[in-house]
Amino acid sequence: MNMTKSILMLASAGVLVVACSGGDERQVIQNKGSDTLVNVAQAWAEGYQTVDPNVIVAVSGGGSGTGIAALINGTVDIANASRAMKQKEVDLAKSSGQNPVQHIVGYDALAVFLHKDNPITQMSVEQLAEIYGENGATTTWTDLGVEVPGCQDQQIVVVSRQNNSGTYAYFREAVLGKEREFKLGTRDMHGSKDVVDIVEKTPCAIGYSGLAYANDHVNMACIGGEGDCVNPSVATASDGSYAIARPLFMYTNGEPAGAIKEYMDWIMSDTGQCVILEKGYAPAKSVTCS
Amino acid sequence: MSEARAQASRVGQRNRDWYIDKAVEIIVFIGGISAIIFIVGIFVFITKEGLGFLADTFDFKEFFFSPNWRPTSEANPTYGILALMAGTASVTGLAMLVAIPFSLGAAIYVAEFATGKTREALKVLVELLAAIPSVVWGFIGLSIMNPLIIDLFNVPIGLTVLNAGIILGLMAAPIMTSIAEDALKAVPDRYREAAEAMGATRWQVIFKVVLPAAKNGLLGAVLLGVGRGFGETMAVLMATGHAINIPTSVFDSVRALTATIAAELGETANGSDHYQALFTIGIFLFIITFLINLSADLIVRGVRKG
Repeated sequence: MNMTKSILMLASAGVLVVACSGGDERQVIQNKGSDTLVNVAQAWAEGYQTVDPNVIVAVSGGGSGTGIAALINGTVDIANASRAMKQKEVDLAKSSGQNPVQHIVGYDALAVFLHKDNPITQMSVEQLAEIYGENGATTTWTDLGVEVPGCQDQQIVVVSRQNNSGTYAYFREAVLGKEREFKLGTRDMHGSKDVVDIVEKTPCAIGYSGLAYANDHVNMACIGGEGDCVNPSVATASDGSYAIARPLFMYTNGEPAGAIKEYMDWIMSDTGQCVILEKGYAPAKSVTCS
Repeated sequence: MSEARAQASRVGQRNRDWYIDKAVEIIVFIGGISAIIFIVGIFVFITKEGLGFLADTFDFKEFFFSPNWRPTSEANPTYGILALMAGTASVTGLAMLVAIPFSLGAAIYVAEFATGKTREALKVLVELLAAIPSVVWGFIGLSIMNPLIIDLFNVPIGLTVLNAGIILGLMAAPIMTSIAEDALKAVPDRYREAAEAMGATRWQVIFKVVLPAAKNGLLGAVLLGVGRGFGETMAVLMATGHAINIPTSVFDSVRALTATIAAELGETANGSDHYQALFTIGIFLFIITFLINLSADLIVRGVRKG
């Protein structure tokens, strides 16, 4: 699968190079990683075409782990990640002669999705931990003092993500803490959109995904204590008041220089930050966009 | 005279014909053994990728007897595939319960009752059913069967053993029908004629004479269906709910071995323990399906008889 992806990426880069080879020297920036960030990265790459048509940014997804692995192996210029690199990965990169430098390019609020008919509007992180965590006591909606219409036996259908997604890793860290594991028996969906889809169709379900995947057919829980909970939004993710918002990263090998530096600077400029806002994520700094 | 000349020219062309002949022979030979080359190549590849895990982290007891599949845990990664095996086995088992009556009925009808155009049409339709891509079956499981099961059985979620079992049963039925039909056709007509001459009804002919005579072929058909069930990936990934769980009823969500590889391999760093553990599952699946297909083949050939 990785192989196919990289071949596709090489092929598309190759096509681009051939297609543009009429003009001056073209530079290709390889950009790979997080599926959460892939839409934004694609939009950046397209937007940058108008700024500097001599630089081609080849974007591919595959997940945070894939991008970081590629950076360690020195096959990409910029790795996208929806989680920070682990110390183990940094050490591995250093030992193979790379020097990963972290850039925070935006923030993403993880929304907790509930079915439209679910009367719950507010949940605390502790309640989430009891639903998602190993040995967690909460297995029915009745335990939370509500009755969900259309949900048989009030059994909570716990929807999660596959275990190597950055979203999964961040949710575990933010909600369950470093040591605690997820319960076995969660439905592990392969993609943020799948989580929202299944919650939409299943009255008993609860799921989590990036705010960008929200739609009108599901509810989002307000996270925090009763009375002082915070709704997930771009604003509450940027100012840090929402409890389960995570930074989104780009990693370069060493301090960026040349074309890569210009590209990173453009991403952090008002124009670049408006692109990430437009895609439903919070920008890394406050910007005003038209 | 002209005949002699023709012969002479044929002799003159012998060199060219001989080369063509040799070339074709070599091409056909490569085609013939390519299946073996590929299968050996694949086995060597997955073994090589999984070897690091087998040598270092692999713990036989944990791997086969623990339901804890937590390969990305920060504190303590565990690699237990018991729940995944239970998932694959339960879905395949139910699929066979669905597929056997269907495919046996269809095979008996096509082989023994249907004639002319009905027979031809049925055969074509059965083959067509086998050509439906598995992602389409998975989509049917996800978007049609899921709400249907929720409504019919009053359960919280329809992505269950039942859903995947029915989908997989329908997927396996066509190939089982084809093989079973061949097995029934292979029973010599004189058996039927003899039975009918003794006053047996059609029913009795089929159940007392044809089915017992075709026993091995039918068993082979079932085993091939089981092999299909074990190896199927996309449809079970979509229809089971993909939850690590040892099922206690058909309304539980489960997760299959194949689906685990499909869902996790793409985002796993090459060479990590997790990556190698997934390949170890691949080795295990390879051995299982190899054994199933081998025994199906041996049974179909009737080696057991001799």
